[in-house]
Amino acid sequence: MGRYVARRLLQMLPVIIGTTFLVFALVTAMGGDPVQNLYGERPVPESIRVALTAQYHLDDPLPIRYGYYLAGLVQGDFGTSLSGSRPISEMIADAWPETLRIAGIAFVFETIIGVAAGVMAGMRRGKFLDNLVLLSTLTVIAIPIFVLGQVSQIFLGVKAGIFPVSGTNEGFVSYLLPGLVLGSVSLAYIARLARASVAENLRMDYVRTAKAKGLSPSRITGIHVLRNSLIPVVTYLGADLGTLMGGAIVTERIFNIPGVGYNLFKAIQIEDGPALVGFVTLLVIVYVVMALIVDLLYAVLDPRIRYA
Amino acid sequence: MRGSKMVGCAIVVALAATACGGGSGDGDSEGKGKSGGGFSMNVAEPKRLIPQSTTESGGSQVLSGLFTPLVDFDAKNEPVLAAAESIESPDNKVWTIKLKDATWHDGKPVTAKDYVGAWNWGAYGPNAADGNYFFGTIQGYDEMNPVDPDGEEGPKKAAEPKAKELSGLKVIDDKTFEVTLKAPFAGYKSVLGYTVFYPMPEAALSDLKTYEEAPIGQGPFQMDGKWNHDKFVKVKAYKDYKLGDKPKVDSVEFRIFQDQNTAYNDLLANNLDIVDQIPTEVMGTAPSELGDRFKTSQASTFQFVAFPTYDKKYSDPRVRKAISMAIDRDEIIKVVFQDSQSSARSFVSPVVGGYREDTCGEACKFDPAAAKKLLAEAGGIDGNKINIGHNADGGHEQWINATCDQLKKNLGLDCVSQAVPKFAELLTQVENKKFSGMFRMGWIMDYPSMENYLGPLYSTGGSSNYYGYSNKEFDKLLQDGREAKTEEEAIVKWQAAEDILAKDMPVIPLRFGKNVFGHSTNVKNVEMNLFNQVELTKVEKS
Repeated sequence: MGRYVARRLLQMLPVIIGTTFLVFALVTAMGGDPVQNLYGERPVPESIRVALTAQYHLDDPLPIRYGYYLAGLVQGDFGTSLSGSRPISEMIADAWPETLRIAGIAFVFETIIGVAAGVMAGMRRGKFLDNLVLLSTLTVIAIPIFVLGQVSQIFLGVKAGIFPVSGTNEGFVSYLLPGLVLGSVSLAYIARLARASVAENLRMDYVRTAKAKGLSPSRITGIHVLRNSLIPVVTYLGADLGTLMGGAIVTERIFNIPGVGYNLFKAIQIEDGPALVGFVTLLVIVYVVMALIVDLLYAVLDPRIRYA
Repeated sequence: MRGSKMVGCAIVVALAATACGGGSGDGDSEGKGKSGGGFSMNVAEPKRLIPQSTTESGGSQVLSGLFTPLVDFDAKNEPVLAAAESIESPDNKVWTIKLKDATWHDGKPVTAKDYVGAWNWGAYGPNAADGNYFFGTIQGYDEMNPVDPDGEEGPKKAAEPKAKELSGLKVIDDKTFEVTLKAPFAGYKSVLGYTVFYPMPEAALSDLKTYEEAPIGQGPFQMDGKWNHDKFVKVKAYKDYKLGDKPKVDSVEFRIFQDQNTAYNDLLANNLDIVDQIPTEVMGTAPSELGDRFKTSQASTFQFVAFPTYDKKYSDPRVRKAISMAIDRDEIIKVVFQDSQSSARSFVSPVVGGYREDTCGEACKFDPAAAKKLLAEAGGIDGNKINIGHNADGGHEQWINATCDQLKKNLGLDCVSQAVPKFAELLTQVENKKFSGMFRMGWIMDYPSMENYLGPLYSTGGSSNYYGYSNKEFDKLLQDGREAKTEEEAIVKWQAAEDILAKDMPVIPLRFGKNVFGHSTNVKNVEMNLFNQVELTKVEKS
């Protein structure tokens, strides 16, 4: 298994190089003028343009600029953001824990509530609880996240005063509402996924056998059904943690959490290529690592799966 | 079994990350306005916190607390001495600036050298300071900012600047320095009120990176801790402040917001004390939600639509006037902007000395019948079709569409709004004469003077004259005004120059801006100045 993990980690390299190059090329292809963007509605003085162009190699062709970037990356240097003057590694170090907090809350929330609701609905197929879960998850899925975020901010934050309206000033509580909003859509998917999976597995031969052997219903569902039903859920959850990080763009903006999504939005807005590439690299690494963890989890849930 | 152990680890790691995340948040709730003697307000994340490199609103607002400018402005927007003891010039060319006694926040005295050093840093091209061009009027600027020999597209790098210091700056003694301008300029005193003319302590220049995280100034407030990027900048009152009114609060927390709507919601919940700009989306409900805490004041912004001079279609001034006359400015302001701006019928803003109402005259008066007649006289417009360009990221779609609808109705023209993703792109297209059609523009004043509107926007080769308007007589009057002995004489010349604009109509004046802001129940005496900044020293706890 060690070799398998090592191989998977090595495979990350081409993925990271490929994606960063792609983002780099796309930012270049946007064709805007990053120096002018920094200046907003003011004209850029000639000497400033010259200085910035030299500093960021804006005159050089794409492969050379990418070369500079890679060379820096190898030395652990993500470069300097175009807006302001901060090293991107510093920006990532600041932003990453913020996103991790709301993504963590979202993850725990969607896993516990989502799986519980899904399993219960699956066990009572066609009953009231099942219909309730189906209907409520459908509603959540149908509402765009920015509506959900803004409505909950106004009602739970401004009107009811239960949660802080925005920001990070109040510690754990500050991250709670954005975390719940962020996790809500995934929660709905997980509940539906778990429900379908449980309902299907309940009709399997092995369940009938287990029943015939006289196993207790709680053991049947708790050990046998659940374990098999969780494989699609775990697959989804793994990919979802990556989505949560990037998908936080909307939530972080509404709740003013200076995380990865917040920075991505800013970078896109002013066409800050270096920062954009830096944060996307981070997301790529998260995705690849999560995919690896999911693959390793399969073996735990289903011992028949083995790694060479 | 080895597998399940790993799962356990993964879950523990995930939970630990969340848990430690929750715990290590910035738990103190100070600065909420409720406790202590401080208040909070929203700002955008500053780009830099170096005076010579800060021209955007967030950074300027923070620096306005940390620094005191050489001159401030009174209720009539006339310059009054602040950090300067005297600013004098016999010929409007060589200016002698004497400083008041003051100390940096670290206790060291502020000297003339601190000004000269900071300005030299700002003027040096390779430092790429945002405020670089403000030093362009001082002697020796060109040597520090050589032009790329073969244009910006060429392969050759610009030449190394010949000088590292402005020859026009001279330290006389500890408290006095001399500024020599390239040409006489009567209104130079007003210019010195701008952010880029703040000083910096000598130590800052050797390590700007560290300095920027916690700038040391000579203003009413000093840093309280470091700049917490994307989150907040906290400042507290500076006890030994002598350059002006002491602040009436102990501290200010500048909270960094990316979205004005979020800041507004925080204000509604009374968590944030001042919001410096009420978002347009809530402009309709804000007055009732905030009551007498909803405030407006004059601002210096000027919105207009420009004609591309390279386009033959619009070369007849009668066509330009007709289009202007067919626009009902007041209706658009009422419907689209909920009266958060006021209509413009002059080429300079009411906030500057020398402003006269309705200098645009007939051409800015809404008169659809006369407009139609005038357009017919001029032989109509080529193809009976016009378009107005705007940047899609600036929220201009709505008023441009409304303008187009009026032109359709009143002139029978086919008018379309043409969105370009970013303003920068629009400007590049216009500069390269690739954009056909009219386009929107805006201007925010740098210093209160008619000249700051007329010069950059309409003089030949003016820094923001993207539409290439050029009139020798106008240029001459503008220059005469700059070189006039007194401010009053200058204004006479500049007003004459403005009258030429009314005849030529290179642009259509549309709207003057207002500060539309609000505050919580925790504070009172909240005022905003012409530079769209909250006057920090005036705010009081209620």
